[in-house]
Amino acid sequence: MLDLKDLYQEVIIDHSKRPRHFGKLADSNREAEGFNPLCGDRLTVKLIVEDGLVKNVAFEGVGCAISTASASMMTDMVIGKTEAEARALFQQFQELVTRKEPPTAAELTTLDKLAALTGVRAFPSRVKCATLAWHTLAAALDQRHEAVKTE
Amino acid sequence: MTKPATLDPRPHGFDAWRAREDFPILKTEAHGKPLVYLDSAASAQKPRAVIEAVRHVYEAEYANIHRGVYELSEKTTAAFEGAREKVRAFLNAPEAREILFVRGATEGINLVAQSFGRAFLKEGDEIILSALEHHSNIVPWQLLRDITGIVLRVVPVNNAGELEIDAYAELLNTRTRLVAMTHVSNAIGTVTPIHDIVRLAHERGVPVLVDGCQAVPHQKVDVQDFDCDFYVFSGHKLYGPSGIGVLYGKAKHLEAMPPYQGGGDMIRSVTFEKTDYNVIPHKFEAGTPHIAGAIGLGAAIDYLEGLGIPEIMAHEQAVLHYATERLSRIRGLRPIGTAREKASILSFVLDRAHPHDVGTVLDGEGVAIRTGHHCAQPLMERFGIPATARASFGLYNTPEDVDALAAGLEKVLEIFG
Repeated sequence: MLDLKDLYQEVIIDHSKRPRHFGKLADSNREAEGFNPLCGDRLTVKLIVEDGLVKNVAFEGVGCAISTASASMMTDMVIGKTEAEARALFQQFQELVTRKEPPTAAELTTLDKLAALTGVRAFPSRVKCATLAWHTLAAALDQRHEAVKTE
Repeated sequence: MTKPATLDPRPHGFDAWRAREDFPILKTEAHGKPLVYLDSAASAQKPRAVIEAVRHVYEAEYANIHRGVYELSEKTTAAFEGAREKVRAFLNAPEAREILFVRGATEGINLVAQSFGRAFLKEGDEIILSALEHHSNIVPWQLLRDITGIVLRVVPVNNAGELEIDAYAELLNTRTRLVAMTHVSNAIGTVTPIHDIVRLAHERGVPVLVDGCQAVPHQKVDVQDFDCDFYVFSGHKLYGPSGIGVLYGKAKHLEAMPPYQGGGDMIRSVTFEKTDYNVIPHKFEAGTPHIAGAIGLGAAIDYLEGLGIPEIMAHEQAVLHYATERLSRIRGLRPIGTAREKASILSFVLDRAHPHDVGTVLDGEGVAIRTGHHCAQPLMERFGIPATARASFGLYNTPEDVDALAAGLEKVLEIFG
Protein backbone atom coordinates (compact mmCIF):
# COMPACT_ATOMS: atom_id res chain seq x y z
CA MET A 1 0.00 0.00 0.00
CA LEU A 2 1.18 3.45 -0.84
CA ASP A 3 0.94 5.81 2.09
CA LEU A 4 0.18 9.24 0.74
CA LYS A 5 0.53 10.70 4.21
CA ASP A 6 4.29 10.12 3.92
CA LEU A 7 4.36 12.26 0.80
CA TYR A 8 1.78 14.92 1.52
CA GLN A 9 2.69 15.72 5.12
CA GLU A 10 0.99 18.70 6.69
CA VAL A 11 4.10 20.85 6.51
CA ILE A 12 4.37 20.17 2.76
CA ILE A 13 0.75 21.04 2.09
CA ASP A 14 1.23 24.19 4.15
CA HIS A 15 4.33 25.29 2.20
CA SER A 16 2.68 24.46 -1.13
CA LYS A 17 -0.37 26.56 -0.31
CA ARG A 18 1.49 29.44 1.31
CA PRO A 19 4.96 29.37 -0.21
CA ARG A 20 7.51 31.50 1.68
CA HIS A 21 9.67 34.03 -0.16
CA PHE A 22 7.48 33.69 -3.23
CA GLY A 23 7.63 36.58 -5.67
CA LYS A 24 10.05 39.17 -6.92
CA LEU A 25 13.34 40.12 -5.29
CA ALA A 26 14.65 43.65 -5.81
CA ASP A 27 18.41 44.05 -6.13
CA SER A 28 19.07 40.35 -6.66
CA ASN A 29 22.53 39.64 -8.06
CA ARG A 30 22.19 35.98 -8.95
CA GLU A 31 19.36 34.15 -10.70
CA ALA A 32 18.58 31.01 -12.67
CA GLU A 33 15.59 29.37 -14.31
CA GLY A 34 14.67 25.73 -13.77
CA PHE A 35 12.48 23.63 -16.03
CA ASN A 36 11.11 20.12 -15.78
CA PRO A 37 10.32 19.08 -19.37
CA LEU A 38 8.43 16.04 -18.12
CA CYS A 39 5.64 18.10 -16.54
CA GLY A 40 6.26 21.61 -17.84
CA ASP A 41 6.97 22.99 -14.36
CA ARG A 42 9.05 26.12 -14.45
CA LEU A 43 10.53 28.28 -11.72
CA THR A 44 12.99 31.11 -11.26
CA VAL A 45 15.25 31.46 -8.21
CA LYS A 46 16.77 34.86 -7.38
CA LEU A 47 19.42 35.50 -4.76
CA ILE A 48 21.23 38.31 -3.08
CA VAL A 49 24.72 37.03 -2.31
CA GLU A 50 27.16 39.30 -0.49
CA ASP A 51 30.61 38.34 0.76
CA GLY A 52 29.88 34.68 0.16
CA LEU A 53 26.72 34.86 2.27
CA VAL A 54 23.17 34.22 1.01
CA LYS A 55 21.43 37.36 2.27
CA ASN A 56 18.06 36.80 0.66
CA VAL A 57 16.26 34.41 -1.73
CA ALA A 58 12.99 34.41 -3.62
CA PHE A 59 11.35 32.18 -6.18
CA GLU A 60 8.56 32.45 -8.73
CA GLY A 61 6.85 30.03 -11.06
CA VAL A 62 4.28 27.27 -11.34
CA GLY A 63 4.67 23.78 -10.02
CA CYS A 64 3.10 20.90 -8.19
CA ALA A 65 2.77 20.75 -4.42
CA ILE A 66 6.07 18.90 -4.07
CA SER A 67 8.14 21.29 -6.16
CA THR A 68 6.51 24.38 -4.64
CA ALA A 69 6.94 23.12 -1.07
CA SER A 70 10.51 22.11 -1.76
CA ALA A 71 11.31 25.55 -3.18
CA SER A 72 9.61 27.28 -0.26
CA MET A 73 11.43 25.23 2.38
CA MET A 74 14.67 25.72 0.53
CA THR A 75 14.35 29.49 0.72
CA ASP A 76 13.72 29.24 4.47
CA MET A 77 16.76 27.05 4.91
CA VAL A 78 19.42 28.80 2.86
CA ILE A 79 18.96 32.39 3.97
CA GLY A 80 21.91 33.26 6.20
CA LYS A 81 24.00 30.33 5.02
CA THR A 82 27.30 30.68 3.19
CA GLU A 83 27.39 29.66 -0.46
CA ALA A 84 29.38 26.57 0.53
CA GLU A 85 26.86 25.61 3.20
CA ALA A 86 23.95 26.04 0.77
CA ARG A 87 25.70 23.85 -1.80
CA ALA A 88 26.46 21.21 0.82
CA LEU A 89 22.81 21.14 1.88
CA PHE A 90 21.77 20.65 -1.76
CA GLN A 91 24.23 17.76 -2.11
CA GLN A 92 22.96 16.11 1.03
CA PHE A 93 19.30 16.56 0.15
CA GLN A 94 19.85 15.29 -3.38
CA GLU A 95 21.64 12.22 -2.08
CA LEU A 96 19.00 11.42 0.50
CA VAL A 97 16.08 11.50 -1.91
CA THR A 98 17.83 9.47 -4.59
CA ARG A 99 19.78 6.82 -2.69
CA LYS A 100 18.37 3.44 -1.73
CA GLU A 101 19.03 3.49 2.02
CA PRO A 102 16.63 5.49 4.18
CA PRO A 103 18.04 8.53 5.98
CA THR A 104 19.54 8.03 9.43
CA ALA A 105 18.25 9.89 12.48
CA ALA A 106 21.32 12.12 12.44
CA GLU A 107 20.78 12.99 8.78
CA LEU A 108 17.15 13.85 9.42
CA THR A 109 18.22 16.21 12.19
CA THR A 110 20.61 18.05 9.85
CA LEU A 111 17.88 18.34 7.23
CA ASP A 112 15.52 19.94 9.74
CA LYS A 113 12.17 20.67 8.02
CA LEU A 114 13.45 19.29 4.71
CA ALA A 115 13.17 15.87 6.35
CA ALA A 116 9.46 15.96 5.49
CA LEU A 117 10.38 15.82 1.80
CA THR A 118 12.30 12.57 2.05
CA GLY A 119 8.91 10.84 1.65
CA VAL A 120 9.35 11.26 -2.13
CA ARG A 121 11.81 8.35 -2.00
CA ALA A 122 8.78 6.04 -2.26
CA PHE A 123 7.61 7.91 -5.39
CA PRO A 124 10.40 7.69 -8.00
CA SER A 125 8.45 9.74 -10.56
CA ARG A 126 8.28 12.63 -8.10
CA VAL A 127 11.92 12.93 -7.07
CA LYS A 128 12.60 15.46 -9.81
CA CYS A 129 9.79 17.63 -8.50
CA ALA A 130 11.52 17.77 -5.12
CA THR A 131 14.94 18.62 -6.52
CA LEU A 132 14.03 21.14 -9.25
CA ALA A 133 14.35 24.21 -7.00
CA TRP A 134 17.66 22.97 -5.62
CA HIS A 135 19.18 22.40 -9.05
CA THR A 136 18.06 25.91 -9.93
CA LEU A 137 19.59 27.32 -6.75
CA ALA A 138 22.89 25.60 -7.56
CA ALA A 139 22.82 27.08 -11.07
CA ALA A 140 22.15 30.54 -9.65
CA LEU A 141 25.05 30.19 -7.21
CA ASP A 142 27.28 29.05 -10.09
CA GLN A 143 26.01 31.96 -12.19
CA ARG A 144 25.17 29.59 -15.04
CA HIS A 145 22.89 31.31 -17.49
CA GLU A 146 21.21 28.55 -19.47
CA ALA A 147 17.97 27.16 -17.99
CA VAL A 148 18.44 24.12 -15.79
CA LYS A 149 16.60 21.03 -16.92
CA THR A 150 15.79 18.02 -14.82
CA GLU A 151 15.98 15.71 -17.82
CA MET B 1 -27.23 8.95 -10.02
CA THR B 2 -28.78 6.47 -12.38
CA LYS B 3 -26.58 5.09 -15.07
CA PRO B 4 -27.62 5.59 -18.69
CA ALA B 5 -29.48 2.61 -20.11
CA THR B 6 -26.88 2.16 -22.85
CA LEU B 7 -24.36 1.23 -20.17
CA ASP B 8 -26.29 -1.82 -19.06
CA PRO B 9 -24.98 -5.13 -20.35
CA ARG B 10 -27.21 -6.25 -23.16
CA PRO B 11 -27.54 -9.86 -24.25
CA HIS B 12 -27.00 -9.10 -27.94
CA GLY B 13 -25.12 -5.81 -27.82
CA PHE B 14 -21.66 -4.85 -26.60
CA ASP B 15 -21.00 -5.87 -23.02
CA ALA B 16 -17.97 -4.09 -21.55
CA TRP B 17 -18.18 -6.14 -18.34
CA ARG B 18 -17.87 -9.30 -20.43
CA ALA B 19 -15.08 -7.79 -22.55
CA ARG B 20 -13.07 -6.99 -19.41
CA GLU B 21 -12.66 -10.73 -18.93
CA ASP B 22 -10.59 -10.79 -22.12
CA PHE B 23 -7.91 -8.55 -20.58
CA PRO B 24 -5.79 -10.42 -18.02
CA ILE B 25 -4.07 -7.25 -16.74
CA LEU B 26 -7.38 -5.80 -15.55
CA LYS B 27 -7.37 -8.45 -12.83
CA THR B 28 -4.14 -7.09 -11.33
CA GLU B 29 -3.79 -4.61 -8.50
CA ALA B 30 -1.97 -1.32 -8.07
CA HIS B 31 -0.82 -0.46 -4.54
CA GLY B 32 -3.12 -3.17 -3.19
CA LYS B 33 -6.22 -1.77 -4.93
CA PRO B 34 -7.93 -3.17 -8.04
CA LEU B 35 -6.36 -1.56 -11.11
CA VAL B 36 -8.57 1.10 -12.70
CA TYR B 37 -6.86 1.76 -16.01
CA LEU B 38 -7.79 5.12 -17.52
CA ASP B 39 -4.78 5.68 -19.77
CA SER B 40 -5.71 3.85 -22.97
CA ALA B 41 -4.94 6.95 -25.03
CA ALA B 42 -1.30 6.49 -24.03
CA SER B 43 -1.41 2.76 -24.69
CA ALA B 44 -4.28 0.28 -24.63
CA GLN B 45 -4.15 -3.01 -22.72
CA LYS B 46 -4.00 -6.27 -24.65
CA PRO B 47 -6.77 -8.87 -24.95
CA ARG B 48 -5.90 -12.52 -24.59
CA ALA B 49 -6.51 -12.98 -28.34
CA VAL B 50 -3.55 -10.70 -29.10
CA ILE B 51 -1.30 -12.20 -26.44
CA GLU B 52 -2.09 -15.70 -27.74
CA ALA B 53 -1.55 -14.72 -31.37
CA VAL B 54 1.94 -13.37 -30.60
CA ARG B 55 2.74 -16.43 -28.54
CA HIS B 56 1.50 -18.68 -31.34
CA VAL B 57 3.84 -17.02 -33.84
CA TYR B 58 6.89 -17.76 -31.71
CA GLU B 59 5.77 -21.21 -30.63
CA ALA B 60 4.51 -22.57 -33.91
CA GLU B 61 4.85 -20.33 -36.94
CA TYR B 62 8.03 -18.34 -36.79
CA ALA B 63 10.68 -17.88 -39.50
CA ASN B 64 11.83 -14.92 -41.54
CA ILE B 65 9.44 -13.81 -44.25
CA HIS B 66 9.68 -13.30 -48.02
CA ARG B 67 12.85 -15.41 -48.10
CA GLY B 68 12.59 -19.06 -47.18
CA VAL B 69 11.79 -21.81 -49.66
CA TYR B 70 10.70 -24.01 -46.78
CA GLU B 71 7.21 -24.49 -45.43
CA LEU B 72 7.69 -22.68 -42.12
CA SER B 73 8.82 -19.46 -43.78
CA GLU B 74 5.92 -19.68 -46.22
CA LYS B 75 3.49 -20.03 -43.32
CA THR B 76 4.94 -16.99 -41.54
CA THR B 77 4.89 -14.99 -44.77
CA ALA B 78 1.25 -15.90 -45.28
CA ALA B 79 0.38 -14.85 -41.72
CA PHE B 80 2.29 -11.55 -42.10
CA GLU B 81 0.69 -10.73 -45.46
CA GLY B 82 -2.64 -11.90 -44.02
CA ALA B 83 -2.24 -9.23 -41.34
CA ARG B 84 -1.64 -6.64 -44.07
CA GLU B 85 -4.89 -7.67 -45.72
CA LYS B 86 -6.71 -7.36 -42.37
CA VAL B 87 -5.39 -3.81 -42.01
CA ARG B 88 -6.47 -3.03 -45.58
CA ALA B 89 -10.00 -4.20 -44.88
CA PHE B 90 -10.02 -2.41 -41.50
CA LEU B 91 -9.22 0.94 -43.19
CA ASN B 92 -11.14 0.03 -46.35
CA ALA B 93 -8.03 0.85 -48.39
CA PRO B 94 -8.35 -0.07 -52.08
CA GLU B 95 -5.26 -2.30 -52.18
CA ALA B 96 -3.09 -4.21 -49.68
CA ARG B 97 0.07 -2.81 -51.30
CA GLU B 98 -0.96 0.62 -50.02
CA ILE B 99 -0.52 -0.61 -46.42
CA LEU B 100 3.03 -0.19 -45.07
CA PHE B 101 4.08 -1.72 -41.77
CA VAL B 102 6.16 0.72 -39.72
CA ARG B 103 7.19 0.93 -36.05
CA GLY B 104 4.32 3.23 -35.19
CA ALA B 105 2.58 6.42 -36.25
CA THR B 106 5.73 8.38 -35.42
CA GLU B 107 7.76 6.42 -37.94
CA GLY B 108 4.93 6.67 -40.47
CA ILE B 109 4.96 10.47 -40.28
CA ASN B 110 8.75 10.61 -40.38
CA LEU B 111 8.67 8.36 -43.46
CA VAL B 112 6.37 10.75 -45.30
CA ALA B 113 8.38 13.79 -44.14
CA GLN B 114 11.70 12.34 -45.22
CA SER B 115 10.62 10.58 -48.41
CA PHE B 116 7.75 12.66 -49.81
CA GLY B 117 9.01 15.85 -48.18
CA ARG B 118 12.62 15.73 -49.29
CA ALA B 119 11.74 14.59 -52.81
CA PHE B 120 8.90 16.97 -53.58
CA LEU B 121 9.11 20.02 -51.29
CA LYS B 122 11.42 22.98 -51.64
CA GLU B 123 12.19 26.29 -49.96
CA GLY B 124 9.11 28.46 -49.47
CA ASP B 125 6.64 25.58 -49.86
CA GLU B 126 4.12 25.40 -47.04
CA ILE B 127 2.75 22.63 -44.84
CA ILE B 128 -0.36 23.15 -42.73
CA LEU B 129 -0.59 21.60 -39.26
CA SER B 130 -3.01 22.32 -36.41
CA ALA B 131 -2.63 23.52 -32.82
CA LEU B 132 -3.95 20.11 -31.74
CA GLU B 133 -0.96 18.14 -32.99
CA HIS B 134 1.06 15.68 -30.95
CA HIS B 135 4.80 16.40 -31.05
CA SER B 136 5.12 13.45 -33.46
CA ASN B 137 3.20 15.45 -36.07
CA ILE B 138 5.20 18.63 -35.43
CA VAL B 139 8.85 17.71 -35.00
CA PRO B 140 9.25 15.58 -38.19
CA TRP B 141 8.11 18.64 -40.18
CA GLN B 142 10.50 20.91 -38.29
CA LEU B 143 13.35 18.54 -39.16
CA LEU B 144 12.23 18.74 -42.79
CA ARG B 145 11.99 22.53 -42.54
CA ASP B 146 15.58 22.73 -41.30
CA ILE B 147 16.75 20.78 -44.36
CA THR B 148 14.55 22.24 -47.09
CA GLY B 149 13.45 25.68 -45.90
CA ILE B 150 9.74 24.90 -46.05
CA VAL B 151 7.31 26.96 -43.95
CA LEU B 152 4.96 25.50 -41.30
CA ARG B 153 1.55 27.11 -40.89
CA VAL B 154 -0.67 26.28 -37.91
CA VAL B 155 -4.48 26.21 -37.80
CA PRO B 156 -5.68 27.62 -34.45
CA VAL B 157 -8.38 26.15 -32.20
CA ASN B 158 -11.18 27.96 -30.38
CA ASN B 159 -11.70 27.96 -26.61
CA ALA B 160 -13.54 24.65 -26.78
CA GLY B 161 -10.53 23.11 -28.53
CA GLU B 162 -12.26 22.84 -31.90
CA LEU B 163 -10.35 23.40 -35.12
CA GLU B 164 -11.09 26.80 -36.67
CA ILE B 165 -12.02 25.56 -40.11
CA ASP B 166 -12.38 29.06 -41.60
CA ALA B 167 -8.84 29.89 -40.53
CA TYR B 168 -7.73 26.64 -42.16
CA ALA B 169 -9.43 27.56 -45.43
CA GLU B 170 -7.61 30.90 -45.35
CA LEU B 171 -4.23 29.29 -44.72
CA LEU B 172 -4.54 27.14 -47.84
CA ASN B 173 -2.84 28.94 -50.71
CA THR B 174 -0.84 28.40 -53.88
CA ARG B 175 2.31 27.58 -51.87
CA THR B 176 0.60 24.86 -49.76
CA ARG B 177 2.04 21.45 -50.63
CA LEU B 178 0.76 19.25 -47.82
CA VAL B 179 -1.69 19.21 -44.91
CA ALA B 180 -0.74 17.05 -41.90
CA MET B 181 -3.55 16.93 -39.38
CA THR B 182 -4.67 14.86 -36.45
CA HIS B 183 -7.99 13.05 -36.66
CA VAL B 184 -8.51 13.08 -32.88
CA SER B 185 -6.54 15.16 -30.35
CA ASN B 186 -4.67 12.89 -27.93
CA ALA B 187 -4.60 15.61 -25.27
CA ILE B 188 -8.21 16.83 -25.25
CA GLY B 189 -10.20 14.43 -27.45
CA THR B 190 -11.38 16.84 -30.18
CA VAL B 191 -12.46 15.09 -33.38
CA THR B 192 -11.45 17.17 -36.40
CA PRO B 193 -13.66 17.47 -39.52
CA ILE B 194 -11.53 15.28 -41.77
CA HIS B 195 -14.02 15.33 -44.68
CA ASP B 196 -13.89 19.13 -44.83
CA ILE B 197 -10.13 19.24 -44.28
CA VAL B 198 -9.53 16.87 -47.20
CA ARG B 199 -12.13 18.46 -49.48
CA LEU B 200 -10.74 21.98 -49.05
CA ALA B 201 -7.16 20.77 -49.60
CA HIS B 202 -8.06 18.70 -52.65
CA GLU B 203 -9.81 21.68 -54.21
CA ARG B 204 -6.30 23.09 -54.44
CA GLY B 205 -4.67 19.79 -55.34
CA VAL B 206 -2.98 19.54 -51.92
CA PRO B 207 -2.51 16.05 -50.45
CA VAL B 208 -3.51 15.35 -46.83
CA LEU B 209 -1.84 13.17 -44.19
CA VAL B 210 -4.07 12.19 -41.26
CA ASP B 211 -2.70 11.12 -37.86
CA GLY B 212 -5.29 8.54 -36.86
CA CYS B 213 -3.68 7.20 -33.67
CA GLN B 214 -6.48 8.29 -31.39
CA ALA B 215 -9.27 7.72 -33.92
CA VAL B 216 -8.92 4.07 -34.95
CA PRO B 217 -9.61 2.64 -31.48
CA HIS B 218 -12.86 4.57 -31.22
CA GLN B 219 -14.54 4.80 -34.60
CA LYS B 220 -14.83 3.20 -38.00
CA VAL B 221 -12.25 4.68 -40.37
CA ASP B 222 -12.72 4.48 -44.13
CA VAL B 223 -9.80 6.03 -46.03
CA GLN B 224 -11.71 5.93 -49.31
CA ASP B 225 -14.59 7.80 -47.76
CA PHE B 226 -12.17 10.40 -46.33
CA ASP B 227 -10.19 10.35 -49.59
CA CYS B 228 -7.08 11.24 -47.55
CA ASP B 229 -3.69 10.63 -49.17
CA PHE B 230 -1.95 9.19 -46.10
CA TYR B 231 -3.31 7.78 -42.84
CA VAL B 232 -1.13 6.62 -39.95
CA PHE B 233 -1.81 4.81 -36.68
CA SER B 234 0.01 2.81 -33.99
CA GLY B 235 -0.80 -0.80 -33.13
CA HIS B 236 -0.36 -0.42 -29.38
CA LYS B 237 -3.19 2.11 -29.09
CA LEU B 238 -5.47 -0.33 -30.95
CA TYR B 239 -5.04 -3.08 -28.33
CA GLY B 240 -2.20 -4.59 -30.39
CA PRO B 241 1.54 -4.94 -29.70
CA SER B 242 3.86 -1.96 -29.40
CA GLY B 243 6.55 -1.48 -32.03
CA ILE B 244 4.18 -1.98 -34.96
CA GLY B 245 2.14 0.62 -36.80
CA VAL B 246 0.65 1.38 -40.16
CA LEU B 247 1.11 3.96 -42.87
CA TYR B 248 -1.59 3.87 -45.52
CA GLY B 249 -0.70 5.82 -48.65
CA LYS B 250 -2.37 6.11 -52.02
CA ALA B 251 -0.43 3.95 -54.48
CA LYS B 252 0.22 6.91 -56.79
CA HIS B 253 2.13 8.69 -54.01
CA LEU B 254 3.96 5.64 -52.69
CA GLU B 255 5.11 4.69 -56.18
CA ALA B 256 6.46 8.18 -56.85
CA MET B 257 8.22 8.47 -53.48
CA PRO B 258 11.86 7.39 -53.05
CA PRO B 259 12.71 4.74 -50.41
CA TYR B 260 12.95 5.89 -46.79
CA GLN B 261 15.53 3.36 -45.60
CA GLY B 262 17.78 1.02 -47.55
CA GLY B 263 18.37 -2.62 -46.76
CA GLY B 264 17.13 -6.12 -47.39
CA ASP B 265 13.68 -6.90 -48.81
CA MET B 266 13.28 -3.42 -50.31
CA ILE B 267 15.32 -4.24 -53.40
CA ARG B 268 14.95 -6.27 -56.58
CA SER B 269 18.64 -6.47 -57.39
CA VAL B 270 21.78 -4.91 -56.00
CA THR B 271 25.17 -4.33 -57.58
CA PHE B 272 27.70 -1.82 -56.32
CA GLU B 273 26.86 0.33 -59.35
CA LYS B 274 23.08 0.28 -59.19
CA THR B 275 20.16 -1.00 -57.16
CA ASP B 276 16.65 -1.64 -58.45
CA TYR B 277 14.02 -1.12 -55.81
CA ASN B 278 11.24 -3.53 -55.02
CA VAL B 279 7.59 -2.67 -55.65
CA ILE B 280 5.38 -1.14 -52.95
CA PRO B 281 4.86 -1.90 -50.11
CA HIS B 282 8.21 -3.73 -49.94
CA LYS B 283 10.14 -0.69 -51.21
CA PHE B 284 9.41 0.93 -47.83
CA GLU B 285 9.96 -2.10 -45.61
CA ALA B 286 13.74 -2.45 -45.43
CA GLY B 287 15.04 -5.15 -43.11
CA THR B 288 13.21 -7.83 -41.18
CA PRO B 289 10.01 -6.22 -39.85
CA HIS B 290 8.23 -6.77 -36.53
CA ILE B 291 6.67 -9.99 -37.80
CA ALA B 292 4.92 -11.07 -34.60
CA GLY B 293 3.82 -7.48 -34.03
CA ALA B 294 2.07 -7.29 -37.40
CA ILE B 295 0.37 -10.64 -36.82
CA GLY B 296 -0.62 -9.50 -33.31
CA LEU B 297 -2.08 -6.31 -34.79
CA GLY B 298 -4.11 -8.47 -37.19
CA ALA B 299 -5.42 -10.39 -34.18
CA ALA B 300 -6.36 -7.11 -32.46
CA ILE B 301 -8.32 -6.05 -35.53
CA ASP B 302 -10.13 -9.41 -35.62
CA TYR B 303 -10.95 -9.00 -31.94
CA LEU B 304 -12.34 -5.47 -32.38
CA GLU B 305 -14.33 -6.39 -35.50
CA GLY B 306 -15.77 -9.30 -33.52
CA LEU B 307 -17.03 -6.92 -30.83
CA GLY B 308 -18.22 -4.38 -33.39
CA ILE B 309 -16.55 -0.97 -33.65
CA PRO B 310 -19.81 1.01 -33.80
CA GLU B 311 -20.92 -0.81 -30.63
CA ILE B 312 -17.60 -0.03 -28.90
CA MET B 313 -17.97 3.60 -29.92
CA ALA B 314 -21.52 3.81 -28.53
CA HIS B 315 -20.36 2.33 -25.23
CA GLU B 316 -17.34 4.65 -24.94
CA GLN B 317 -19.43 7.70 -25.75
CA ALA B 318 -21.87 6.71 -23.00
CA VAL B 319 -18.98 6.34 -20.53
CA LEU B 320 -17.54 9.70 -21.66
CA HIS B 321 -20.91 11.34 -21.21
CA TYR B 322 -21.31 9.83 -17.74
CA ALA B 323 -17.76 10.86 -16.77
CA THR B 324 -18.20 14.42 -18.06
CA GLU B 325 -21.36 14.79 -16.01
CA ARG B 326 -19.94 13.04 -12.93
CA LEU B 327 -16.71 15.08 -12.89
CA SER B 328 -18.56 18.35 -13.41
CA ARG B 329 -19.74 17.93 -9.81
CA ILE B 330 -16.15 17.83 -8.46
CA ARG B 331 -15.42 21.15 -6.76
CA GLY B 332 -13.00 23.35 -8.68
CA LEU B 333 -12.67 21.00 -11.65
CA ARG B 334 -12.35 22.62 -15.07
CA PRO B 335 -12.49 20.45 -18.19
CA ILE B 336 -9.94 21.34 -20.89
CA GLY B 337 -11.39 20.63 -24.32
CA THR B 338 -15.15 20.80 -24.64
CA ALA B 339 -15.57 20.21 -28.36
CA ARG B 340 -19.01 19.12 -29.53
CA GLU B 341 -17.48 16.05 -31.13
CA LYS B 342 -15.03 14.24 -28.87
CA ALA B 343 -13.48 10.81 -28.54
CA SER B 344 -13.52 9.26 -25.05
CA ILE B 345 -10.77 11.46 -23.64
CA LEU B 346 -11.38 13.77 -20.68
CA SER B 347 -8.69 16.31 -19.81
CA PHE B 348 -9.08 18.55 -16.78
CA VAL B 349 -7.39 20.71 -14.18
CA LEU B 350 -8.31 21.29 -10.53
CA ASP B 351 -7.98 24.74 -8.99
CA ARG B 352 -6.69 23.24 -5.74
CA ALA B 353 -4.13 20.73 -6.98
CA HIS B 354 -1.53 20.43 -9.71
CA PRO B 355 -2.09 17.58 -12.21
CA HIS B 356 0.99 15.73 -10.94
CA ASP B 357 -0.34 15.68 -7.41
CA VAL B 358 -3.72 14.55 -8.74
CA GLY B 359 -1.98 11.70 -10.58
CA THR B 360 -0.03 10.62 -7.51
CA VAL B 361 -3.06 10.60 -5.22
CA LEU B 362 -5.13 8.68 -7.80
CA ASP B 363 -2.27 6.20 -8.23
CA GLY B 364 -2.48 5.50 -4.52
CA GLU B 365 -6.12 4.55 -5.12
CA GLY B 366 -5.23 2.19 -7.96
CA VAL B 367 -6.46 4.66 -10.61
CA ALA B 368 -4.03 5.15 -13.51
CA ILE B 369 -4.39 8.40 -15.43
CA ARG B 370 -1.94 10.44 -17.48
CA THR B 371 -0.70 13.79 -16.22
CA GLY B 372 1.53 16.28 -17.98
CA HIS B 373 1.57 18.01 -21.34
CA HIS B 374 0.66 14.85 -23.33
CA CYS B 375 3.39 15.57 -25.91
CA ALA B 376 1.30 18.54 -27.03
CA GLN B 377 3.06 21.53 -25.48
CA PRO B 378 1.80 24.05 -28.07
CA LEU B 379 -1.78 23.06 -27.20
CA MET B 380 -1.11 23.45 -23.45
CA GLU B 381 0.29 26.89 -24.19
CA ARG B 382 -2.89 27.72 -26.14
CA PHE B 383 -4.90 27.06 -22.98
CA GLY B 384 -2.34 28.81 -20.75
CA ILE B 385 -1.60 25.78 -18.59
CA PRO B 386 1.56 23.69 -18.18
CA ALA B 387 -0.27 20.39 -17.89
CA THR B 388 -3.57 18.61 -17.44
CA ALA B 389 -4.81 15.42 -15.84
CA ARG B 390 -6.28 13.15 -18.50
CA ALA B 391 -8.58 10.18 -18.16
CA SER B 392 -9.10 8.21 -21.36
CA PHE B 393 -11.62 5.42 -21.75
CA GLY B 394 -11.20 2.21 -23.70
CA LEU B 395 -13.70 -0.48 -24.57
CA TYR B 396 -13.16 -2.15 -21.16
CA ASN B 397 -13.91 0.91 -19.04
CA THR B 398 -17.20 1.07 -17.18
CA PRO B 399 -19.15 3.61 -15.12
CA GLU B 400 -17.65 1.91 -12.04
CA ASP B 401 -14.23 3.08 -13.27
CA VAL B 402 -15.60 6.61 -13.51
CA ASP B 403 -16.93 6.31 -9.96
CA ALA B 404 -13.47 5.20 -8.78
CA LEU B 405 -11.96 8.23 -10.53
CA ALA B 406 -14.48 10.56 -8.92
CA ALA B 407 -13.86 9.02 -5.47
CA GLY B 408 -10.11 9.46 -6.01
CA LEU B 409 -10.64 13.11 -6.92
CA GLU B 410 -12.62 13.62 -3.71
CA LYS B 411 -9.59 12.24 -1.90
CA VAL B 412 -7.40 14.79 -3.71
CA LEU B 413 -9.70 17.52 -2.41
CA GLU B 414 -9.47 16.10 1.13
CA ILE B 415 -5.69 16.46 0.99
CA PHE B 416 -5.50 19.77 -0.85
CA GLY B 417 -8.99 21.09 0.02
